[in-house]
Amino acid sequence: MKAIGKSVSRKDGIGKATGGAKYADDITFPGMIHGRTIRSTIPCGRVKSIKYDFDTTGFTICDYRDVPSKNIVDLIEKDQPFLVETEVKHMAEPIVLLAHEDKEKLHAAKVIIEYEEETPVFDPEKSTLSFKDIDIIKGDVAKALASADVIVEGTYRTGHQEHVYIETNGLIAVPEEGGYALYGSLQCPFYVIKALRCLMGSAHPNIRVIQTETGGGFGGKEEYPSMIAGHALMLAHKSGRPVKIIYDRVEDMIATTKRHPAIVKHRTGLKKDGTLVAMDIEVILDGGAYVTLTPTVLSRGCIHAAGPYRCDNVRIRGHGMFTNTPPNGAFRGFGAPQTEFAVEVHMERIAEQLKLDPVELRRKNALRAGDLTATGQTLREDTSALMVLDEAVRRTDFSRKRKEYKGTNRAIGLALFFHGAGFTGAGERNLKSKARIDLTETGVRIAVGSTEIGQGTRTMHAQIVTEALGIPYETVEVAQPDTSRVADSGPTVASRTCMVVGKILEECAEEMKEKLGGMSPADYFKKNGPLSIERMYEPPDWIIWDDKTYLGDAYATYGWGCDVIELELDPYTFEVKPIKMTAVQEFGRPIHPALARGQIEGGTAQGLGYALLENVVMRNGVMANAQLTNYVIPTTLDMPELDIVMMENPYPGGPFGAKGLGELPMDGPGPAVVNALRQLGCDVREIPATPEHIASCPKMNGSYA
Amino acid sequence: MSELDLRRASSVDEALTIMRDEGRTPIAGATDLYVAAQFGTLVPRKLLDIWKLKELRTIGTAADGQTLVIGALSTYTDLMQSAVVQDRLPMLVTAARLVGGVQIQNRGTIGGNIVNGSPAGDTLPVFAAADAVVVLRSLRGERRVPFNEFYAGYRKTVIKPDELLIAVETPSIDGIQAFRKVGTRAAQAISKIAMAAVRDPKRPRIAFGSLAATVVRVPKTEAALASGNSIDEAAAVLEAEINPIDDVRSTAVYRKRVAVNLLRWFWKETAPA
Ligand SMILES: Cc1cc2nc3c(=O)[nH]c(=O)nc-3n(C[C@H](O)[C@H](O)[C@H](O)COP(=O)(O)OP(=O)(O)OC[C@H]3O[C@@H](n4cnc5c(N)ncnc54)[C@H](O)[C@@H]3O)c2cc1C
Repeated sequence: MKAIGKSVSRKDGIGKATGGAKYADDITFPGMIHGRTIRSTIPCGRVKSIKYDFDTTGFTICDYRDVPSKNIVDLIEKDQPFLVETEVKHMAEPIVLLAHEDKEKLHAAKVIIEYEEETPVFDPEKSTLSFKDIDIIKGDVAKALASADVIVEGTYRTGHQEHVYIETNGLIAVPEEGGYALYGSLQCPFYVIKALRCLMGSAHPNIRVIQTETGGGFGGKEEYPSMIAGHALMLAHKSGRPVKIIYDRVEDMIATTKRHPAIVKHRTGLKKDGTLVAMDIEVILDGGAYVTLTPTVLSRGCIHAAGPYRCDNVRIRGHGMFTNTPPNGAFRGFGAPQTEFAVEVHMERIAEQLKLDPVELRRKNALRAGDLTATGQTLREDTSALMVLDEAVRRTDFSRKRKEYKGTNRAIGLALFFHGAGFTGAGERNLKSKARIDLTETGVRIAVGSTEIGQGTRTMHAQIVTEALGIPYETVEVAQPDTSRVADSGPTVASRTCMVVGKILEECAEEMKEKLGGMSPADYFKKNGPLSIERMYEPPDWIIWDDKTYLGDAYATYGWGCDVIELELDPYTFEVKPIKMTAVQEFGRPIHPALARGQIEGGTAQGLGYALLENVVMRNGVMANAQLTNYVIPTTLDMPELDIVMMENPYPGGPFGAKGLGELPMDGPGPAVVNALRQLGCDVREIPATPEHIASCPKMNGSYA
Repeated sequence: MSELDLRRASSVDEALTIMRDEGRTPIAGATDLYVAAQFGTLVPRKLLDIWKLKELRTIGTAADGQTLVIGALSTYTDLMQSAVVQDRLPMLVTAARLVGGVQIQNRGTIGGNIVNGSPAGDTLPVFAAADAVVVLRSLRGERRVPFNEFYAGYRKTVIKPDELLIAVETPSIDGIQAFRKVGTRAAQAISKIAMAAVRDPKRPRIAFGSLAATVVRVPKTEAALASGNSIDEAAAVLEAEINPIDDVRSTAVYRKRVAVNLLRWFWKETAPA
C-alpha cells in the first residue's frame, strides 16, 4: 500500500465536515456543573480580603486552601500557583474558583477582592529579574569587530501575538471509579498529568487525561490547559461532581498565554564585500510574571538569532525577563520568528548601507553543508539555504521587479530563514518518547499521546504506518489520546510530531511487519491474539550538545525557507495590501502534500497577521483589545495570492526523509514584509507594522500623497 | 443569555402600540443587539421583532420626484441592489459594500445602524454629508429630524422609547459623491476613520465617522472649500478643526493625518477635468 506522498483522506475529515466531532463544550456528563475563575484586577500587589457578595448556597467555592497537595503548576520551574495565596503578580491571575449548575447564577455571582497595590514592572528592559540567561560564544567577536571594514547596528522589536485558535480553551473534570478523568482541548496530555499529580499528591494516583477534538492550538494549548485542568479538578474534587470550565473569547485572550514580545539588538562587522565577520546579538524576551516556558523559548530564539548565515565570530546573549503581565508562552515558532525577524531586517539594512544587492549579500553568507552554525554545529547534506533562495529569486523575477518598482507605491521584499526541527539539543534524548502500535481484529491501532489539533497528526501517522506495514490505509486506526491507554510520545510541539514520533512509529511498524511474517494483521490476530509493539526514540548518535556552553548540535536537522512578498502601500492611509506571496520551503519531504501545503498557507497567513495586523494593546498589564472585533487577524481578503513551493532534501533520520514543518512558515512573512516596506522609504524596525506605525516612520511625515 | 422575552409585530401600527403599552425595544436585523447581549451590555430583555414589517423595507422617491426615501429595514444588500440608490446616492452603495461580510449585509439594516449610533457606523457619514432627514413615528404622531441633529452624544440619539425610525429621506444631491472607509483590515472591519463627501460646486460637504463621539461634519473646512481656497489651505483648516480620539483601534495622530489625506484624495479624484 503506497500512502506516503499522497493526499489521502483525513482520518478526522468526516467528523469535522459533518459536525459529528465532539469538542469539549459539546460534551456533558450527568450531574455536571460549570466552573468560573475569579481573577485579579491589579497587576501587582497582595490580596487583603475576599468577600462573597452573593447567596453561596448551591455553589462550590475553592481558594488556595482547597489545594489537596501542592499549589504549583509543575512545568520547568515550580513558581506558578494554581490559585493566588496572597501575592498577585499579574492581571487576570486566578484567585478563586466558583461552580454552579446554573450558568446565569454562576456569572451573576459577585466576589469582591480588596488589594494592597504595589508598583508593577511592565518594561522588560527595566526589569531586574531574569528567568534565564544564555550566552553563546563562537570565536572572538570583540577582536573581529575591531578589524571589520564596516559595523552596522540596529534594534528590532516584535509585539505580543495572540493565538486565536478557533476553539477557546475548555476542560472537564469528571470523578470516576477510584479517581478522575480530565477531558479537554489540549496539545500535551502528559504535561497536564504531570501538573495534576503535583496538585493532587500521591493520595490520588488514578488520574487520566483525555484529549477531546481540539479546534487549533498553535502552542496556545501547550502549557495553559494544565492550569485550567487543575481548576476543574479542584472543583470536581470538592463538589464530587463533573465540572466543566470553558473560557469565552475575552477570558481566553486576557488570561492565557501569548507570543513573547522581543527586543533584539544587533552589532555586525563586515568586510566591504559583505562577508560577515562578527555578529554580536542580544535578545531580550518579555517573559511575563512566571517562568513557564520562557527558558526554552529564549533558547530557541537565541539559537536562531544569527539567521541562516555563516560567521566565524558570533556572540548571542539572551535574557528572559520578568514583568507583571500574564506569562507569555509557546507559540508556533517558539522564539525564532522574533529573532529571525530581527536578523533578516538587519541583513536588509546591511545591504542598503553597503550598497550591495540583498540577494548577493545573502548568497555570500548563507549556510552551506559543512559550515558551522552559531552553536558550532557542522551542517550536513540536508542544508538548503541556497536552494530555496535561488528558487524564490528565480520564480519571482526578484531583481528585475525590485528595479522596476522603484519610485512606485509597489515593492518586493524577501526573507531567508531556517527552523530547527524537534526539541533543542539533548531535549529529545532526555524526553525518551515512546510510541506503540496495537494489533486489532481488523488491522492496527496507533497509540500515541501526540494530538490532532487540526494539523493532520492522525492522518500523517496513519500514512507512515500504512506504508511501513504495507497494509490498507483504511485498516489503520488512531486511538484517542488517553494517558491511561497510549504511549507517552512527548508533547505535540516543536515540529516534532512527524519527524520524531513518526520515526518511532515507522520503526514500530517495521518490527511488527517482521513479527507478522507475511500474514495480514487480521489473520495474525485471529491465530495468535493481541500483539503490541512499543519503541522508544533514539536520536541520531552523532548529536552532541552541551547545555552549559550552549554549544553543539542544536537540532538534528533544519527546514529552510525563502519568502518573497509583493505589496502596495496606500499613500493616503498607509494601509499595506499584500499582492503576492511566494513561499519556497524545504522540509525534507511532504508525507501528505495537501496537509503540508495547508501548513504553509496557514503559517504564512499567521505570519502576515503578525507582520501587519495583530496588535495586542496592553493597558495596565492586560490586553485591552481582547475581542475578535479589535484584535484582528487576516481574512481571505487580507491575503495575497499564494505561490507555495515545496522543495525536497530528505533528512535520513526522519520517516521517509521528512523533517519538521509546522513552525517554519511562521518565520518568514514578518521580515519579508518589512524588507519590502523599506523599499518604499519606510524605515520600519518593528512589527506589527500597522498603518499607525508606518505613518510615524521617518520619511513618512508630511503628506506623502 | 438564556432568556429573551420576545414579541413579533405584523404591522407598524401594532408595533407602535406594543412599544407604547409594553415598553419593548425594537430589534431589526439584531446584528448589533446580539453582540451587546453576548457582552452583557444589553439591558432591555423585553424585545419586539420588527424584521417582518415589509412597509419599512421599501426604497423609492417621494411625491416630489426628488427626495430619495429609504425604509428603515432596508438591508445593505437591498441598498447595493437598488437602481435608484445607485443613481441618487452612490456613496451609500460604496459604504454598504464595505460593511461586514455577506451575512451582515443580508441582515443588517440602516435603521439599526443609525439608531445603534456607534460613531463607527458606516452609513452615518453618508447621511450626514447628504443632509438627510430621519422620519420618526410613534402613536403620538410623526416628526422629521435633520440627520445632523439626530445625535446628542456618544451613542445618544433624540429618538424616544416609543418611536420607530421609519425611513431616511435624502434630498437630491448635486456634484460627485465619494466614500472611503479605513478599517482595521480588508473585510469584517470596524472603521478607524470613514469619510463621505459631496463635491457640490456651491456647497461642498464633508463628514467623518470614527473621529469623535458622534459622526461629524466639518463646517469650517467646507466653508474654506466653498470659498475657493486651495486644497492646501482647506487641509490646514481641517487639521485645526478636528480633534480625533485615541482608542484601542487607532491613534489620534493617525486619524488626523489620514482625515487630511482623505480630503486631499477626494479633492484630487473629483477635480473637474
Ligand atoms: C460581524 C459584524 C460586522 C459588522 N460590520 C459592520 C461594518 O462594517 N460597518 C458598520 O457600520 N456596522 C457593522 N456591524 C454592525 C451592525 O451590523 C450594523 O450597525 C447594522 O446596520 C445594525 O442593524 P440591525 O438591523 O442588525 O440592528 P439591530 O441589532 O436590530 O438594532 C440595533 C439598535 O437599533 C435599534 N433599532 C433598529 N431598528 C430600529 C428602528 N427601525 N427604529 C428604532 N430603533 C431601531 C434597536 O433597538 C437597537 O438598539 C457589524 C456587526 C457584526 C456583528
